[in-house]
Amino acid sequence: MTMLSHILKNRLKKGLVTRPIASQEIDSLGQELNRTINKIFKRSLHIREVDTGSCGACESEIIAATNPIYDLQRFGISFVASPRHADALLVTGPVSKNMVLALKKTYEAMPEPKFVITLGDCALDGGVFKGSYYVENGVSSVLPVSLHIPGCPPTPLEIIKRLLAFL
Amino acid sequence: MIYLEVKPEEFKSTCLKLHKELHSPVMMLFVDDERIEQGGYFIYCAFLSFKEQQWSWVKTRLPADNPVFDSIAKEIYSANLFEREIKEMFGLEPLGNPDNRRLRLHDEVWPEGHFPLRKDFSGANAGGRVGEYSAGQVFGEGIFEVPVGPVHAGIIGPGHFCFSVAGEPIIKLSTRFGFTHRGIEKLLENKLPDEGVALAERVSGDSSLAQAQAFCRAIENISKLIVPERALYLRAIFLELERMYNHISSIGGMAIDVGFSFPAALCSIIKEALQALNDRLVGSRFLKGAVAIGGCRDIKEGDKKLIIDSLAIIMADFSEVRKMLLTSVSFMDRVDTTGRLSLENAENLGVLGMAGRASGLAVDLRDNIYPYSAAGFKMMVRNEGDVLARLIIRLDEFEESGRLIQELLDKLPKGETMSQPGKYSQGSGLGAVEGARGPVLYWARLNNEGRIVRCKIVDPSFRNWTGLSLAVLENIVPDFPVCNKSFDLSYAGNDL
Ligand code: SF4
Repeated sequence: MTMLSHILKNRLKKGLVTRPIASQEIDSLGQELNRTINKIFKRSLHIREVDTGSCGACESEIIAATNPIYDLQRFGISFVASPRHADALLVTGPVSKNMVLALKKTYEAMPEPKFVITLGDCALDGGVFKGSYYVENGVSSVLPVSLHIPGCPPTPLEIIKRLLAFL
Repeated sequence: MIYLEVKPEEFKSTCLKLHKELHSPVMMLFVDDERIEQGGYFIYCAFLSFKEQQWSWVKTRLPADNPVFDSIAKEIYSANLFEREIKEMFGLEPLGNPDNRRLRLHDEVWPEGHFPLRKDFSGANAGGRVGEYSAGQVFGEGIFEVPVGPVHAGIIGPGHFCFSVAGEPIIKLSTRFGFTHRGIEKLLENKLPDEGVALAERVSGDSSLAQAQAFCRAIENISKLIVPERALYLRAIFLELERMYNHISSIGGMAIDVGFSFPAALCSIIKEALQALNDRLVGSRFLKGAVAIGGCRDIKEGDKKLIIDSLAIIMADFSEVRKMLLTSVSFMDRVDTTGRLSLENAENLGVLGMAGRASGLAVDLRDNIYPYSAAGFKMMVRNEGDVLARLIIRLDEFEESGRLIQELLDKLPKGETMSQPGKYSQGSGLGAVEGARGPVLYWARLNNEGRIVRCKIVDPSFRNWTGLSLAVLENIVPDFPVCNKSFDLSYAGNDL
């Protein structure tokens, strides 16, 4: 069997993977989110992610929000490679001293209008790393923050819900 | 566990001897500031004879007024990063080590003369000095540099890579890390062991179970706590679940990095299924809170069936992924012979874990260890050392983990999953666990109040990043992502 027909067979066999319950919930949330994004950013919200010292679990859940089961992209939200293409900056981690400059520069590279979202408890105030000699105890000490998504880490569903509640 | 306490002048020769005899890289090399209790710093160096899983320690006391030691890094390269770490964190000079660049406390933001892991450290307010970090340049006609990071294009941790290239092929890769340094070893000081578990879980989030388990083992060893049989089995099951979601994530990443998106999507579905299973078992997609000092959480009635049913679906999807990847000519063409790490280089650098096993280094901390021995654990080893070998190791280990879980569930003993709560005793001990990337090592010392005085953490990423730097040589820059993914190391675990 050729590779393509093999993929096709698997695709058909697997069917739609988006979980029914989750999908209903996300879809209704998503429509609202879509309306807002329509208004402000004309049908699309582009996010640039920056890790300022996270343990990596928050990144893992952000990536999971874009997997075929949660499929964040279908609502017009996508992650971009360059801050120049971004409307929002999504920041994780307690801000290690080594990342202060890179974080500021990334923000400065973004075009207006722009806003900052923090994700994960340690990005809020340092979380379990609070008080360390090498962290700035959260992103708001460096940049103005418009939204915080709590959790350690927040689940993919939670991430999508919070984005909606904000927009 | 063998401890050799030697005079400072014998430290180097003893280390060299053990290194040679045991055929072991430096597993750990660190300092404990005991100036108040013992009037000096203690330096520890650990080796492991892999066959017998026997640890040997060399220990020496350096006087407080002249805290220097003979560098062993010229003879044992795997000691190099540890020596640099000791120098920046304690201000102790490794005499004869030519590389005195800092690892994590970047010069740009951290002033001279402040050593965070000294007991009398009280913070540093002044900033650093702005300067150029020297990455070791390559000169010559037609050679140019490609700097990348610390902020990368993807949703991933920060690190700086500087490629020196001649045309397409990479002739040197310099890495700079520390961007996620959070000072975890310092944060652990003065904590009660039970408070330390949450921090250990956040050293590297995608191996929180292995980290927490290694930390708990260290404390249990100090206090001679006996972990119940059932907990040993459940811990092994959790550890394999963690290995599975990590391996499948890396496998998908390798497919993505050569543009093969369908199997990558299938991998992310499998990962999601595994993390959802974790969530149902212990209430955390990352198995946080699953282990505690003295044992672990129990599973509920019916969870056995849940695990077996979930694994059946997962394994069916997995066999499709495996088939798709290994029978696609264009995919195989990208990974076969790409990013080779030779056995010699792996040994010299002290590369271990799955990356080491892909280069012929038959080391796995699960080997001959209960309850793995009871489940017929089979170690996976390959000799090619390329991206394909690391892919196949992951594929094979994924299958083996699935089998181990079923076997362990089958034999799961009845009874308690937590030991009787006891007092934490004074002393030091080691916890060593084979995580998804390799050996996760925690050494801890508790004082007479049962508080942590020093906790040294070695994540496998710390030893394996240099392996990547050598593996990519002579490969073309566009193959860097897939080489990188084949190691799939943790920034956070490296940076602490
Ligand atoms: S919030 Fe928690 S999970 Fe997220 S990066 Fe911080 S410590 Fe890790």
